[in-house]
Parts: sequence; structure tokens; C-alpha cells
Amino acid sequence: MPKKKEAAKIVFESEKDVPIMPMSLGSMLFNKTGSWRNIRPEIRTADCIQCGICWKFCPDMSIEVENEFPVVDYDFCKGCGICAEECPTKCIDMVEERK
Amino acid sequence: MKKVIMGNHALSFGAMLGRTQVIAAYPITPQTQVVELLSEMCADGSLKAKFIKVESEHSAMAACIGASVAGARTFTATSAQGLALMHEMIHWASGGRHPVVLGNINRAMAPGWSIWADQNDSLSERDTGWMQFYCSSNQEVLDTTLQAFKVSEALYIPSMVILDAFALSHTYEVVDVPDQDKVDEFLPPFKPYARIDPATPRAFNGLTGPENYMELRYKLQKDMERVPDLVESTGREYEKMFGRYLGAVDPYRCEDAETILVTSGTAGYTAHVAVEEMRKEGRPVGNLRIRMFRPFPFALVRDILAPAKKIAVVDRNISYGHHGMFAQEVKSAIYGRNGGAPVFGFIAGLGGRDITPVSFREMVEYTAAHDRPEEDILWIGVKR
Repeated sequence: MPKKKEAAKIVFESEKDVPIMPMSLGSMLFNKTGSWRNIRPEIRTADCIQCGICWKFCPDMSIEVENEFPVVDYDFCKGCGICAEECPTKCIDMVEERK
Repeated sequence: MKKVIMGNHALSFGAMLGRTQVIAAYPITPQTQVVELLSEMCADGSLKAKFIKVESEHSAMAACIGASVAGARTFTATSAQGLALMHEMIHWASGGRHPVVLGNINRAMAPGWSIWADQNDSLSERDTGWMQFYCSSNQEVLDTTLQAFKVSEALYIPSMVILDAFALSHTYEVVDVPDQDKVDEFLPPFKPYARIDPATPRAFNGLTGPENYMELRYKLQKDMERVPDLVESTGREYEKMFGRYLGAVDPYRCEDAETILVTSGTAGYTAHVAVEEMRKEGRPVGNLRIRMFRPFPFALVRDILAPAKKIAVVDRNISYGHHGMFAQEVKSAIYGRNGGAPVFGFIAGLGGRDITPVSFREMVEYTAAHDRPEEDILWIGVKR
């Protein structure tokens, strides 16, 4: 999978450097939200028709396309299940996390 | 051109002449004719703006914020419960530094259900980081709206232009409606601080941790502190172009006054008349009408109240368990100064009960008869 670039928190040294608007104060990539997940999407590639709907609907950009098939980025996927709901062949199972 | 218009429409004309680009509003009570006329102007093409009819006041402010961050000059209007429903988004507008201008008709908060004049709706929003301007005539409403756009957009702080229900909102007065060309010269197009633009993608109003949040608030306060000077210079610029001056305060015969009434809104206009009458009888009274409540013009208020031996603040509002809110601010302004002149906090006119020249006479007589107020709140016009 193409790795998302690593990011660190932006901490301003002085208020003078802070924009007046709370905008783009930092990349959220350092905030790995995958630990919030209760259920994880697992893709049965054999039934996947490569339509890209899961990739398009993922609200957190946690589905990447690798070798023309979708792959879940578990560092960021929160387990919302939208991909499984939208999948036309129902080849995404939402499986309970057991850790 | 002079027109005879109601206060609500003075706001509409202000928004029109200001070339507002997006208006979002919810059309049902406690809404007024402000947005009704604007919707007609949008429909007949006299105002080239997008009018978004939304499903609640909360959504109205949300739409204004979105439009503002897209680079549009935005306006909305509401009242009372409608403003209260907006409350969450009111914070988003100021915290995100979106210079929305909002017309608020001061209407009493329900229950009991009321549509009459009372300042508790807007004053409940005093800590949200918005500027607040209280008007006393329809001309002032129009002029203040244009100046509010200018000051808001210079500092990226939203403004409320506020007028009393019925006493102004539905009262017809002669208003000098300025020419569009001159308004365009006074108020150039809005230049956003940053805007949504696919060419330079940014996330707005996102998660801000303890490492950065406090600086944002510091900067908002620092810019708030710049408002009084900017309101003054903008008022002078407007005066030069249109012949009418509006500042943060409107003092009348305060220089040699022993008792100064501190007023706001239409009650301030009535107080002016009462002071004229009492001056004829030789009573040394003055009237300080406060137009700008946020940021509170502490320095001006301190200076103007300096000669007073007694200060009588008239509040058409109440902070339950405390005082009237203007009285709180005046006490705060003169704390440790002014030789400790006593502040008499009068509460009058809640829920649209009339405040008349006789009411002010009653207050002045009370202050003359007492060295200090007997109670923290002195009620005027309560049936007891």
C-alpha cells in the first residue's frame, strides 16, 4: 500500500505565527484514529468487482486501491461500515475487533 | 433619496446597498420583514444575491458561515428564540472569524411567548465574540448596517445590528437612503482572509489542541480591542461621505450633568427627550446612550461619566440573580475611578412594556432623593 506521508503536530512558537482563523493548523495524519474501531471491514477480494464504490464512499480516505483492488488502511479506519453498506456485491464483512 | 420605511426595511436596504452576496434565513416567527423584503429584492433582480431559505436559524447561520468562507459577503436576520437557536453557530462564526452581519430585532425571550421589545435575546450572546450595536432610529439602523460590514470585514469579527421590536422594527420613519455609487465607494467588495479554494486546499475550523487553541482566542480578543478606534474612524469616514456620524456612544448634555442616565436602543431616544424637558426645569441631567455593547467602550464611558455625581443605568434586560447587564458593565467601567459615584441600576420595559419620559423622570427623582440605591435593582413600572 502507498504509505501516507508521516506527519507531526504543528506547534506554533508564537501567537504571531498563528493564523487568526483556525485553518490548517496541522495535518491530522498524526492522529491515528484506527484505535477507535469496534468493528473492522474485511474485504473478500474473490467477490470484489473493482467498482471503487467503497473507495469513493469512505469518509476518512481509509481505503486505498492497490493492484486494482481496495485495501483498508487500519491505521485510520474507524469502522463506520459505510463501505460494507454500499458494496454492491456485499463482499465487505464487518468483523468484531477482538483484542 | 429619502424614503419612509420601517426599521426592518432599514436593515434590508442596508444589506442591499452593501451588496450582500448571500442571505440565509428562516422565514417564520420570530422572523420579521427584514428578510421578506430581501427575498423580494433577490426575486426581482434588484439585489444580485443568493437567497437561501433554510430549515432553522441554526442552519441559517451555518449557511452564512459556509458562504463567508467561500468569499461572499453574508447577511441574516433573526430575533429572540431564533437567535437562541443560532447560539452554537454564533460561536462558530466568531471563532472561525467569519465576518457575517446579523440584524437582530430585540424581542423578549419565551415563555411566555412574546414578540415585544426586550434585550435579553442579544445580551445572552454577549460572550460569543460578536460586536453588538444597538440602534435608536431607522436611519441609524441603515447607517450602522453599512458600517458594520466595513468594520467586521476589516477585523474578521462578525457584527449584530440590533433594534427594538415594534418601537423601531415596525415603526415608519423618514430615512435618507444613500446612493449605491457612494456606498460602493465607502464599502469595497469583501476580501476574505482565506477562502475555500481547490487550488490551495485547507481545512477550516478543525480540531485544535491545547497547543494552539489559546493563541486563537488571544488574537480574537486583541482584534476586539482594536474595534473602538476602528468604529470611530469608520464613523468619521461615513460622516464625511454621508453627513451623519455614529460612534460607539451618543452622549447628550453630559459635560455638566450631575446625574447621567445611561441608556440604549429606543429608550435612549426617549431619554434624550426626557433630558431636554428636565433641563428646561433646571435639573442638571444628561443622557449617555451606549450604541456599542461589545466590545464595551470602557474608555469613552469612563470619560463621559467622570463629571457625574450619580449614574442611573436603564436596562431593558436582566441577568437573573445579578443586575441589568448595562449596569454591570458601567460598574465595571468605573470601578476604582470616578470618585466612586453610585450606580443606580433601573430595570424597565421588559417584554415591551413602555419606557416613557415619565419613567426617566421617576428615575431621576429617585436618584435625587437617595445618596445610594436602596436595592441593587430598582424596578420601574412593575405593578406591585
